[in-house]
Parts: sequence; C-alpha cells; structure tokens
Amino acid sequence: MLTSDNAFSTALALIMSMDSALISIVMLSLQVSLMAVFIASLLALPLGAALALWRFPGRNVVIVALNALMGLPPVVAGLCVYLLLSRAGPLGEWGLLFTPTAMVIAQVILVLPIIAALTRQQVEALHGEYAEQLNSFGLTRSRMIPTLLWDARFALMTVILAGFGRASAEVGAVMIVGGNIDGVTRVMTTSIVLETSKGNLPMALGLGIILLGLVTMINAIAHVIGETAKRRLG
Amino acid sequence: MKKATALITAGALGMTFSGTLMAADDYITLASTTSTENSGLFDAIIPTFTEETGIEVRVVAVGTGQAFEIGRRGDADSLLVHDTAGEEKFVAEGYATERLNVMYNDFVIVGPSDDPAGISDSENVIEAMQRIAESESPFASRGDDSGTNRAELRLWEDAGVTAEGEWYRELGSGMGPTLNTAAGMDAYTFTDRATWVAFENPQDLTLLFEGDEALFNQYGSLLLSEERHPDLKHDLAAQWHEWLVSEEGQQAIADFEVDGQQLFFPNAE
Repeated sequence: MLTSDNAFSTALALIMSMDSALISIVMLSLQVSLMAVFIASLLALPLGAALALWRFPGRNVVIVALNALMGLPPVVAGLCVYLLLSRAGPLGEWGLLFTPTAMVIAQVILVLPIIAALTRQQVEALHGEYAEQLNSFGLTRSRMIPTLLWDARFALMTVILAGFGRASAEVGAVMIVGGNIDGVTRVMTTSIVLETSKGNLPMALGLGIILLGLVTMINAIAHVIGETAKRRLG
Repeated sequence: MKKATALITAGALGMTFSGTLMAADDYITLASTTSTENSGLFDAIIPTFTEETGIEVRVVAVGTGQAFEIGRRGDADSLLVHDTAGEEKFVAEGYATERLNVMYNDFVIVGPSDDPAGISDSENVIEAMQRIAESESPFASRGDDSGTNRAELRLWEDAGVTAEGEWYRELGSGMGPTLNTAAGMDAYTFTDRATWVAFENPQDLTLLFEGDEALFNQYGSLLLSEERHPDLKHDLAAQWHEWLVSEEGQQAIADFEVDGQQLFFPNAE
C-alpha cells in the first residue's frame, strides 16, 4: 500500500543510490529550466521596465495581455511550440522537435510573461518614488532602465525565482515538445507523470520529493546570495 | 549576485552544449504506444538492436491516434502502433509505404473483485460488455482515440450498446491513468494485457474477463513514405522496421517477460 513513509524511503533510496539515470534526469531538468529562465529574464526584464516607463496608445492592453499570459496553460504553450517546430510547421526544417532546445523554447514562453509583468509592476512603483530625482539628473528613459532594474534587484530576484518555479514545475509543455524520450528529453516532471501512469506511486512521489528538494535548494542559494549582498551594502 | 547568476547560467549553457555534442547522430525517433513503453518492452529489445546496428531508437510513447498524427506531420521516422484498420488507412492515404505484422497480445477486462455486473462467467466479450451496460456498473473508458479506445468502441458497437450515461465515464487519458482512475472509483475498464500486468497500483481491480478471439490485439510497424517526408531518416528506419520482423527481432520480443509472463507474441510472416 502507498504510504508517505515508503515514498520518503523511495526518495531517500534514490538519492543514496546516485542512480546515473536519475542524475541525468535531474541535470536535464535543471539545464532546461535554468536556461529558459535565463533567456526569459534577458528579454523580460528590459521589456517590463520599458513598459513601466513609456506611455503609448494601447499600453493598458499590453499590460492586461501580459498579466493574462501569466496564466497561460503550459499545455497550450507546448502545443503552439509543437505546431511551430513540427516538420510540417514553419520552423520544421530546424529539426528541433523532441529535443531539449524545444523544451527551453516552450518554457521561455511560459516564464517570460511572469517576469515581464512582475518587473513592470516593481519598476513602476520604484519609478513613482524616484521620478523627480532621476529627472533632475537629466536621465533619458532608456538610461533609467538599468538604474531602476539595479535598484529593484532584490525584488526582481524573487520575480525571477517565481519564473523558475513555473518552469521547473510545469509538465504540460515539455511533455508535448520533448516527448519524454528516455535519456534525451525525460525530465523530473515527465518522469513523475510516467511513473504515475505505470501505477508506481511511491516512485512518482519519491521523484516529486527530490524535485521539491532541488527547487528549495535553488531558492535557498538565491536567498543567501541576496542576504549577503544586502548586508554588504549595509 | 550578478556574478553568481552569470556563473550558474554559464554552467547551464555549457552543460546544454556538451549534452548536445554527446548525442549520437545515428538515431531514429519512433512514435509508439504507451503499452509498449510502459510495460518495459522497449527497454528490453532496443539495446539488442542498437548493439547490432549502432542505431539508437528514441521512443515517443503516445496514443495510437496521436502517433498517426505525429507520422502524418513527419515528426517521427517510424511508427509501431496497434490499430490495424487505422494502419491500413494510413498506408492507403500514402503516408506509409508498407505495414507489417510484428506481434500481438490481447485485451482484457478488469474490474472490482466482487464483479457487480457478473462478467467473469460470460460466454464471450460481447455478453460481458452487455452485462456491464445492463447493470449500469461504472466503466472507465480511455476516450482518447488510442488503439485500445478504438478497439473498445468497436466492441460496444458489436454488442449493440450505446455507450453513454452516468455509468460510462470517458476519461480522455492514457492506459495507466485510466487504470489509476478505475481503481479509485471501482470501475470496469478495458485494457491491453501488457499494461495491466506491468501496472503496480491495481488496488481492488482484478482481471475478470479474457480469452475471446475478439480481444486479439495486433501490433504493426509502418515504413513511412519517402515521397511525403524526404527529410526523415528512411534508411535507418527501414533497418529498424526489418529488424523487428527478422528472426533476432522476433526472438527478442518473445524473450521479454514481466513476472515470468510473456507479454507480446511475435507473429511476423
């Protein structure tokens, strides 16, 4: 029978065994999600800040759309990327379907709106506080972006972690565009789905515990870095 | 903080690239069914094939309906599925040039051990399904256009039963999730034997009906059309297709067992 007890012991046994298949699954999960968050941040941080600073017609529509896209179902994002990368699709020649790269692309689409929308909010609030000061320096708006992003860095770290949470937790998109191929595109979440479908619930839950542990570790590292930096700044 | 982030991401980048570099060029993508993957068949036979030919086989396990769609779009090099009528149509439409029988097993009906519809002593599968419908006992259907789902729907039709009503629950999921759900709500369900035998969470479910000829479950390999999708790895896929029906391939399939039970029976001509 399934008890939380044997899920924990399964998780523990898995970690202790340092199973090479498990390690490669964990590494791929981290690679895909960290890469997706990295690319999404490169695009979304300036985008969110720009959206906070510029006024243009239709701005509210863009803000609402971005906020709404935070709730984009992963499976829909996966389907769009699938149709795009499929041999019969517009980018079919690239042959990227069922590769880790396809999974990164899908996760970028999921993570980007979260980082951009939350960055917009943070930067807008900060700009409200410092607008006069910044204006008195004679900074143009595009010059203000790096300054404001830097000043908001601790809040933005949480924003990026929210994006990472989304990426590491989703299964719908990577399942469709990755195909859950053993040793090639199998990550933690798709393994959990697979073990569940085999009825191997202790293993599924054990993998879930390991995934949660990993995400906690990444968050702890980020927290420590943030706190240390804050203290140094005094 | 920036430095640390840069380090982490550079590491991630490096790992991704090294990962890509290590991947072998000689591989094919095979779209197949969840029953073959979940039961462990591929883990048992693919290494033998790879050893002989140096070709790696990457399996995308989906329902048969989705496998056909992947094949139509040219996203897999080869197909191994179980819906003979659908496979013949696939060939007739020009997406594949050849279809070969590879192996078979059978479908079974599982349900709660107290068997409220009393199907275990039915004469044949038609009668068993009629009893489930008449007693309106909960029945969990895949409802996902998979090979198993298609076979189940054909049997309801043969039984003259309109499969609808509160007792008939279409789940729209794979075989494993359907078994999990059926176990959770004490429902009957129609499953291939391989997934059932390898399934580890049966709870109160037990095998109640088997052995009718109508429950025959044939698997076929499809050689995709070079004309439709010239970019696919047709040479490698042809080697796989031929290996499956060769003596070694057929022996590898016959040798695969779970708990001492053979799950797939080779029957290439």
